[in-house]
Amino acid sequence: MAVEPDLKIELGKQGIVVTTISELYNWGRKNSVWPMQFGLACCAIEMIATTMARYDLARFGAEIFRPSPRQADLMIISGTITKKMAPQVVRLYNQMAEPRYVIAMGACAISGGPFKQGYNVLKGIDRYIPVDVHIPGCPPRPEALIHAFMTLQARIDEQPLTGSERPRHLDAEAQGEFPIPVQGAHDLEPPVNRLVWPLPAPPAAGDSCG
Amino acid sequence: MKTAEEILAAIKTALPDAGIELILNPSPSAQHSFLLAPKDAVTIASFLREDPELALDYCSNATGVDWPGKEVTEKVKATKVVDGVETVVEESVKHIGPGYLEAVYHLYSMKHGPTDPGGPVVLRMRTVNRTDQVELPSLTLVWRSVEFQEREIFDLYGIVFTGHPDLRRILMWDGFEDHPMRRDYVDPDDYEYEPTPHDAVLKRAEEQRAKAGVTP
Repeated sequence: MAVEPDLKIELGKQGIVVTTISELYNWGRKNSVWPMQFGLACCAIEMIATTMARYDLARFGAEIFRPSPRQADLMIISGTITKKMAPQVVRLYNQMAEPRYVIAMGACAISGGPFKQGYNVLKGIDRYIPVDVHIPGCPPRPEALIHAFMTLQARIDEQPLTGSERPRHLDAEAQGEFPIPVQGAHDLEPPVNRLVWPLPAPPAAGDSCG
Repeated sequence: MKTAEEILAAIKTALPDAGIELILNPSPSAQHSFLLAPKDAVTIASFLREDPELALDYCSNATGVDWPGKEVTEKVKATKVVDGVETVVEESVKHIGPGYLEAVYHLYSMKHGPTDPGGPVVLRMRTVNRTDQVELPSLTLVWRSVEFQEREIFDLYGIVFTGHPDLRRILMWDGFEDHPMRRDYVDPDDYEYEPTPHDAVLKRAEEQRAKAGVTP
């Protein structure tokens, strides 16, 4: 941040607006995040409730749910991802234009939830696509989705436009397309995209949680 | 609603050659069931539906059961030479039976209405084994409602319903080869990350970690 906050306020009092390109750019990005209109399971009901008058997601610039991935910025994974559905979810994500964000909503989307050991349920969408915000809950309340949305906005706001931390769409080298898993004879192939979901470090010795 | 014995008698009267057997349920629920011979199943099912007194016109549920082969102990007489004398010795030989798959149908009568006590009438059919002779006749032509449920049984248990109009997998994808509801189904080994494992999951997670060479 090049401008000192105190100076900025002082200049603002005089009617002078001082800002930076990245601030302006991120302000524009974060206040018009249009979600994609699709639901996967019961979490979608809470997502719909969030958009209605009582919770009113429109206050955050996300009132327009686009029924096409080409016009959407945000993918809300609202529900269980079955292994039959997972390739389609990844394909939809690939079809979205940058900048794009993902909120994994609810226990199923982040880990498989109560169906984790099921033969047909993916153990979290973050195995295939990068997720920006995870929301626990079964299902999460609309307030939780709004909180996740505000968390996403804060993350967008903090993003520098240059350097190694810059968003993917400003990085020509960054990978934009994510491999779509193939439905194999026994499981999805590959079962996980290691570039997106590196194996978490094994727990420290003596950790009772295994 | 007739009792199970009366239904059996009605079937025997109408279809004397039909292969049917009454399986009694000794529990307090007394939910008896009929084991149908696959070759006669469609005939018996049509009778149950068309008979004006029974009029079992609604099949509420069709599901599968997997009965893996049990260990059978057989006593075999064998001749053995003991101390130079031939003697007949009884030996017990253990082997695992073929097991079978079962399709179960629950029937009610909408014609007699929901006030009619009794029901469901339970039908069962068994395959010869669990591997290559898994065909059963489809009852979709008798009760249209079981079309999807027979597809589900085919998908999850691997029973092939002959005469089914559209027998495809319904929950899993077409290229999938296993039958997940069978008892010997082994799910994919993706237990590499289990933050809160317990019981069977803990065992699988530890197995996988041992395989990957990570010592806890």
